[in-house]
Amino acid sequence: MTARRLLMLGPILYLSAFFFYPLLTILARSLNTGDSLDITPFISILGDSYYLGRVWFTIWQATVSTVVTLLLGLPIAYIFARHEFRGKTILRAASTVPFIMPTIVVAMGFISLLGPQGALNSLLMDLFGFENPPIRISNTLTIIFMAHAFYNYAIVVRVVSAFWANLNPRLEETAAVLGASKLNTFITITLPLLFPSIISSAILAFTFSFTSFGVVLVLGGPQFATMEVATYELTAKLFRLELAGALAIIQLFFTYVFLLLYARAQDNIAVRSDLVPREFTRISKRSARQRVGLILTILMLITILSPLLILIERSLTSVNGYSLHHFRSLFVNADDSYFYLTPIAIITNSVRFAAMTTGIALLVGTSAAYLLAKSSNRSSWFQDAFYMMPLGVSAVVMGLGYLLAFNRPPVDLRGSWLILIIAHSLIAYPFVIRSVLPALRAVPTQLQESAAVLGASPTKTFIHIYLPILTPGLIVGATFAFAVSMGEFGASLLLVRPQFTTMPVAIFRLLGQPGASNFGQALAMSSLLMMIVAAGFIAIERLRYRNSGGF
Amino acid sequence: MNQQNALAVTATLLIILWTSLGCSRQAEDTELVIMTHDSFDISQEIIAEFESTNDAKVVIQKAGDAGQALIRAILEKGNPSADLLYGVDNTYLGRALAENIFDPYKPQLLSKIPESLILDPTNHVTSIDYSYVTLNYDKEFLLKNGLLPPTTLEELTEDVWKGSVVVENPAVSSPGLAFLLATIAYFGEDDDYDYLDFWREMRSNNVLVKDGWSDAYYTDFSLYGGDRPLVVSYATSPAAEVFFSEVKLIEPPTGNVLIDKGSFLQIEGIGILKGANSTTLAKKFIDFALGVRFQEDFPAKMFVYPVNKDAKVPDFFKFAEVPTQPAYITPERINTHRDKWIESWTNTVIR
Repeated sequence: MTARRLLMLGPILYLSAFFFYPLLTILARSLNTGDSLDITPFISILGDSYYLGRVWFTIWQATVSTVVTLLLGLPIAYIFARHEFRGKTILRAASTVPFIMPTIVVAMGFISLLGPQGALNSLLMDLFGFENPPIRISNTLTIIFMAHAFYNYAIVVRVVSAFWANLNPRLEETAAVLGASKLNTFITITLPLLFPSIISSAILAFTFSFTSFGVVLVLGGPQFATMEVATYELTAKLFRLELAGALAIIQLFFTYVFLLLYARAQDNIAVRSDLVPREFTRISKRSARQRVGLILTILMLITILSPLLILIERSLTSVNGYSLHHFRSLFVNADDSYFYLTPIAIITNSVRFAAMTTGIALLVGTSAAYLLAKSSNRSSWFQDAFYMMPLGVSAVVMGLGYLLAFNRPPVDLRGSWLILIIAHSLIAYPFVIRSVLPALRAVPTQLQESAAVLGASPTKTFIHIYLPILTPGLIVGATFAFAVSMGEFGASLLLVRPQFTTMPVAIFRLLGQPGASNFGQALAMSSLLMMIVAAGFIAIERLRYRNSGGF
Repeated sequence: MNQQNALAVTATLLIILWTSLGCSRQAEDTELVIMTHDSFDISQEIIAEFESTNDAKVVIQKAGDAGQALIRAILEKGNPSADLLYGVDNTYLGRALAENIFDPYKPQLLSKIPESLILDPTNHVTSIDYSYVTLNYDKEFLLKNGLLPPTTLEELTEDVWKGSVVVENPAVSSPGLAFLLATIAYFGEDDDYDYLDFWREMRSNNVLVKDGWSDAYYTDFSLYGGDRPLVVSYATSPAAEVFFSEVKLIEPPTGNVLIDKGSFLQIEGIGILKGANSTTLAKKFIDFALGVRFQEDFPAKMFVYPVNKDAKVPDFFKFAEVPTQPAYITPERINTHRDKWIESWTNTVIR
């Protein structure tokens, strides 16, 4: 089975070269290990009540954020899975846009809506004659939870709805015929069947909140520091690399433990479910109650998106009312800056990097998922958590690792755009694993066996049996791989040269100087980012219809 | 399919390795790589002029903020990815010198820099520009609420300014650190009422701490939708507000809080990295950067002042009120105390 071995080698080689090697390089350097491991930094971190507090805070805020994210995401997942309505494609694409927005832009959206001078407060003050703004959530824990849910609910929506859409409703119908109430059916039948995809998305949402950096910094401030933020503080100005390295290892350890627990839980609840084309699961005739539910859920989705909508509106507003002024200014290099790039060049950079990231992530992710689905023993838990580790590593530490690991010919990647693709695809491929694996595990083994008995080659089996079933998962995986790259900021800012500036970096640079026109241009660039990303999501979804029927 | 899949992965890896071979360094003194921070900006024309005069190519690598660029240079010591590091300031000069990452160079135009703006007498780092970190206030907000800008730092701990100030975290932000240093110069370290007493009272007066300048300015400052009329920024920010305004303004919407020793003089310099590939070119660039052409170009882009006394600032700089008596602490003293100061501050204000 050389093919199998090569397949196995791919993801492992990739992970060793681009994850473990740079990580170990920076850790060896920061912990200054000569021959033996010096554990003093670990003792200083774990003996310091401040850092212990950060560890505890990071865990519980991520837990609360995940619960909020699920509550927000599941109803929306349901309508995308079972209902057809006009504008669904656009709405679904729009629902995933928050995931990629730079944190400072999201913060500006929240402030425009809920801030002391925001739309909601102004309205309430006008209506009820309040002296002071009644809503005060700037720089509180509440706004951090809201922002985490805002960022991550799309993961739940996408991953769960892709699975739900193909779930055979026969069991639910049977339950209804036997007289079970709607709620009862949902709790005892639908929910258990959905569980693999729900916790698949929950673990992603959890890991993202766990390693949260920008959201916490921009919306909360340093008093809400997560481990990732504390690591950044230790690195960037305090130059306490040994403490930063120790903290990064502690963070990675916790992530690994959570991923392991998750993989175990996933294994215990994995059910062989009956997957059918979407046409069979769609609700064809809506009852009045379903119609109200549908409308309410769509309204909820629009409410979630409102911080971004308000920014689009502001980007189109100039001194004399609505105009394209800010968009036009983006095209002018008013002061002959050496670093100026046209928006077209910036968009091209972003899209090109995202497309390459998506390609690599699909390859690595699918091979890894295939291996995980095949290995039935307990080692698959460890393997699963192992493949997911890049999500839990401190980005700050990893960035430095890249600079140290790939710094000499023949592999001097410093300044090359390749380093960016590698960094992006490391965060992107776990999404492919998580969205493909539930479907892959749900494929009955008989199907494959029957195909083999009937004389189909493995390639044929893959194309005719697996690919159609995997397509929804692959689409979701590709969507998030694309999104991760389009929205990534830290590595793009630190590692690449100005001619490769991406959209989030351009926004950040515009907001690096004071002045209303910088502010306006940053909003215009943000609106462009939203549109490009939504268009990309729609394009990825279109691929589905050519390849596979109702899956 | 499986086979193809695996082959494709291997092929991708090989392509990545192969492409990267092309990234090795150029021959000596044909390419100059300058590493700098995000805020660096200069005219296309100026760089083109240097390139044609010296028949060389200039590559500018931005590496995050000033602190991140410096830590990168330190990590790359001995095998630098750049020839020059631009953007070491007096708050981090001591660290750079202690790490011994620079080769000294005495530029031809050194005499054009006033004594008070010489960053490093050992010439490892040559001063290029300077600026003042200070509090900005939102004029309209103050007018509406019948307030006058504070005239002492002590005033900020009073009730009128409760919940009015946003500062940046000195542990990660340059202006944040500069403002902390100003308060140390202003209140002293071991008087009856020292800088920590001030910050303790600031904390009970609801001072808001943000990690970055952009976050503080664009989400918490009242001019852009926040509720804090006082923000730690630069003395040139009001002029930038005029320069980048949407309609022609006759006066800036913000002003500088002018308090003696309530602002901090930040001097920024450039140095040749040890082990650089193009040292001759690097030296030429330092001389070029001290010349009037270069010195008169960047003020309108980075909103900083030129160190060359012959260089003129753009007309709109008149909207930036220059602090009368900025705080100053020697780089040596900053270097020996910085970590302790930041830690004490963090313990007082955040933890």
